[in-house]
Amino acid sequence: MVFNVLDFEKPLAELEANIAELKRISEAEGVDRSKEIAELEEHRDRLARQIFSNLSPWDKTLTARHPNRPYTLDYIRAIFDDFIELHGDRLFADDKAIVGGFAFFEGKPLMVVGHQKGRDLKERQLRNFGSAKPEGYRKALRLMKMAEKFGLPIISFVDTPAADCSVGSEERGISEAIARNMMEMAMLKVPIIVVVIGEGGSGGAIGLGVGNRVLMLEHSIYSVIPPEGCAAIIWRDPSRGPEAAEALKLTAQHALEYGLIDEIIPEPLGGAHRNYEQATANVRDAIMRHLVSLARLSPAELVEDRCSKFARMGIFSTTDKIESRSETVKS
Amino acid sequence: MSPDGWFRRRSKAAGKAARKHLDALPDGLWTKCPKCGEILFSKELEKNLKVCNKCGYHFKLRAAERLAITVDAGSFVEMDTNLVTINPLGFPEYESKLEKGRATTGLSESMVTGQATINGIPIVIGVADFAFIGGSMGSVYGEKVARAFEYARENKLPVIMINASGGARMFEGLISLMQMPKTAAAVGKFNESGGLYISVLTDPTTAGVLASFAMLGDIIIAEPDALIGFTGQRVAAQAQVVKVPPDFQRAEFQFEHGMVDMIVHRRDMKETLAKLLTISHNGGTHGI
Repeated sequence: MVFNVLDFEKPLAELEANIAELKRISEAEGVDRSKEIAELEEHRDRLARQIFSNLSPWDKTLTARHPNRPYTLDYIRAIFDDFIELHGDRLFADDKAIVGGFAFFEGKPLMVVGHQKGRDLKERQLRNFGSAKPEGYRKALRLMKMAEKFGLPIISFVDTPAADCSVGSEERGISEAIARNMMEMAMLKVPIIVVVIGEGGSGGAIGLGVGNRVLMLEHSIYSVIPPEGCAAIIWRDPSRGPEAAEALKLTAQHALEYGLIDEIIPEPLGGAHRNYEQATANVRDAIMRHLVSLARLSPAELVEDRCSKFARMGIFSTTDKIESRSETVKS
Repeated sequence: MSPDGWFRRRSKAAGKAARKHLDALPDGLWTKCPKCGEILFSKELEKNLKVCNKCGYHFKLRAAERLAITVDAGSFVEMDTNLVTINPLGFPEYESKLEKGRATTGLSESMVTGQATINGIPIVIGVADFAFIGGSMGSVYGEKVARAFEYARENKLPVIMINASGGARMFEGLISLMQMPKTAAAVGKFNESGGLYISVLTDPTTAGVLASFAMLGDIIIAEPDALIGFTGQRVAAQAQVVKVPPDFQRAEFQFEHGMVDMIVHRRDMKETLAKLLTISHNGGTHGI
């Protein structure tokens, strides 16, 4: 844990190192230091609570991108049984930036898809840093259509900086792929639960992001544009990302406030990257709860629920009254 | 140095001087083509539907100009004029941008929707105005598009969207991103009813608008040389996209790669739309 420590985490990391050292010494010397350790641990928890309850939007951006954060496959392995990964879009290639396949939840089959980032340099390149190409979105769509055919619910994990913007992606229609995924996901006759686990990066995220329920982890972000990109456009200076993050209001808490997501899943003390077990357990509980509640809806109701949910998104006023989450008015 | 070189230099200088002289002429009499630099007599340019008669460059059109050359005279009735854009995030300088957009265009937003006829065929039409904050899509834009598809679905009318947009409106943050699934879902529901949707991509159509309802047309038409692409060029530069082909993200590039059905010159646009509309008008479930 020496590497990959964010600036605001440093006091916490130092304290954690001290505790580990004390434990090591007391074990080696055979002296009981449990009282001292307990005190330090209490201090650590207080500090973690203090730091992580006051994260700025930029701190959250860094936390959401934390290289030690659990990724889609970590959640899949922890939450589901017997994941059977499926590959390829049947048109061009298999995009490793999106994974997907059948899995079992409480013994019942479902379909799971999600962006996948890499841990080390080699895997990051293989996964293209979690930036999916058209073939990734088309693979995901193929799998989701298959889920519909078999009447299986779909779980979609979102964690991407942005969609791939290479020449090849443009040639193969990245815009069309994202547009079609959103339209088809809106119309699927099975329950869809979307969980933003890290970075919800604009079009790249929403291409897997249309669900009956959209949940976000406590320190994840969801944004129309990366803060650095926003700063590059407004101030022609990508280094002013922290200011842009502030202005974009890209946190889970803001998304909930504006009625764009349904629920925030709490993270363990000090962030998901400090305790995988607790993080995955919390996501599991949320998925369980929402699968149960969606099971009551008929296929037609599921489509209607999803379409009307997104139709309500938008904040504006009318010449007669202020409308938040407007209602459709017949013209 | 050959005398020939002398003359050429002189004539170049003379051209420059002449252009300077032209710039000094009363506003609006002359217009310079941004592509080939030709000085065009504005009245001629108007008559030519704002297409450069030297290089064929299609000038950007204001929403009213586009409507005037697309739908039957006097047939357009605007819908949803009561929607007003606010600054939901309190984003810095958004209000001043809105004010500037309103002052420049005389419009309340970058998207204008309504009912009209083309060669007598009733349609629902949406036209974007790039001069209003880059034709960007915020809450009101998305709401208007979604309501247009809804109205067309209920009244069994075909939809034509004439796009010109830099993408989602950053100043509305995630709310603007959500206009993408909102409009895409509206197209999805409209499709279930069997209606015809024609999407016209004009210069420029990019990012969040392209990657949502604009790429979901049954038929997708582009104007020649229009910029059509996913990633805005400044963002692409930041992402260090290298080795970009010369026609990258142009209409011809998208046509070559199978993303648009046809590239249509502005003078042929109305007749092309009218012809396509007869398909659903006569034989489809929509129209009479």
